Amino acid sequence: MTRDIDCRGLNCPHPVINTKKALEENKTGSITVIVDNETARQNVSLFVQNAGHSIEEREENGSFYITINKTEEKDNETKKTPVEGSLPANPIYFISTNLLGQGSPDLGAVLMKSLMQTITECNPSPEALVFMNSGVYLCCEGSEVLPYLKKMSGAGVKIFACGTCLDYYKLKGKLSVGTISNMFEINNELIRPNKVITIG
Amino acid sequence: MVGIDNSDDAAVYRLNESTAIINTVDFFTPIVDDAYIFGQIAAANALSDIYAMGGTPLLALNIVCFPTCITEEILPEVIRGGADKVKEAGAVIAGGHTVEDDEPKYGLAVTGTINPEQLCTNSMAREGDILFLTKPLGTGIINTAIKGELASEESAQQSIDTMIMLNHGAAQAMIAAGGKTCTDITGFGLLGHAAEMAKASGISIEIHSSSIPLINGTMDLAAMGMFPGGAYNNREYLKHDVIFSPEVNTALQLTLFDPQTSGGLLIAVPGEKAEILSQELNKKDVSQAQAIGKVTAKQDYTINVV
Repeated sequence: MTRDIDCRGLNCPHPVINTKKALEENKTGSITVIVDNETARQNVSLFVQNAGHSIEEREENGSFYITINKTEEKDNETKKTPVEGSLPANPIYFISTNLLGQGSPDLGAVLMKSLMQTITECNPSPEALVFMNSGVYLCCEGSEVLPYLKKMSGAGVKIFACGTCLDYYKLKGKLSVGTISNMFEINNELIRPNKVITIG
Repeated sequence: MVGIDNSDDAAVYRLNESTAIINTVDFFTPIVDDAYIFGQIAAANALSDIYAMGGTPLLALNIVCFPTCITEEILPEVIRGGADKVKEAGAVIAGGHTVEDDEPKYGLAVTGTINPEQLCTNSMAREGDILFLTKPLGTGIINTAIKGELASEESAQQSIDTMIMLNHGAAQAMIAAGGKTCTDITGFGLLGHAAEMAKASGISIEIHSSSIPLINGTMDLAAMGMFPGGAYNNREYLKHDVIFSPEVNTALQLTLFDPQTSGGLLIAVPGEKAEILSQELNKKDVSQAQAIGKVTAKQDYTINVV
């Protein structure tokens, strides 16, 4: 059973609206939408595919015939467009302290070193490490975790150190690994689809 | 000083050491039913080109094309909307010209001034600059959806608020932050105007799609195929210039090509000035402005959307 929806002579958004109505009325079977302009063709295709149905298109005498194969199982709600897309697995670490956790500073330093060693060895490796506030000490001369950070940097992990923080702690000449960054670049890392893990 | 070579927003002519004049003209057919709102949108849109050059509007002339049959009741409302926006901009309407036309059209020719030292163009973006967009996108999509009665009242109202908002505050924030690179977003969509900036400046641009400010409801309507033809034309025109990461879906890609009416400013500032610009935008109540990307060295693409 095929139903034709003739939208020739109609401009957007009306072909989409007529298609939407037809999809709501016909629970099963196929529907062919006929449009005569490129914008309507693309908008109807986009709408139908985002509603979770497959389409076939053909062009005949200047008109586009869009055949929609509707199946009962698929309803409009379950197959909404994934705006974010699939999540990349590699996490981003946002590190705003040079000591891990509250309590003894000595213990904090030991734990931070252990964390960096663990991150270096774990799979998947991080996408990026972002160091802010006292976290920037970890990227500078004298830091005990430099070997781990350098190893990760060499393996393609992006390392960012907050420029304002380096200035504040007078560390700008002592940065040993990573690039000096600003709040906007850092924010752009944090709002990416990757999982962000905050240490601080 | 600025002509038609780099697709910039307005013509600029230097009068002397300290003053240049900026001239621009823009008018279009009604995009909303309310005559007073249409007048405001058309005026905000025409004034925007002066702001995009960093200038101050001084005087405006009305351009009116109207059918005689509806002149009496509608036209005064359109003119009133335009006059109110010009007044808000601190400029004056000094006259104008009316012709009879079956399809109504309204807009302004605007003259502004600027100190040549402070002129902002679309050709001074440099590697490392951060890009800001000062108004949310979506007016083309929402206007299409309104025709089909599919836009929510909230989306429709937010779209109108966006279109009638002057780019005055955004321009002041840019000047306060020392910004020199700017264009306004209109018919070619975000990516069209960003591509003009990239080509005029000899650089490439990276856009972070998840940072783009959008009018509420835009993505739902985009996924329903509520695009005006201009969005597809813009995409076709830029097909060799723009590349997309796989996670940027078709609806979002097209939204970045959506033609805007009276859109925001696209401003590029060096990284160290980005925080100042952000603070200045907040001070001027340009609350929806966002950092949306950065300028990179020239690549084999013009724009990369991630």
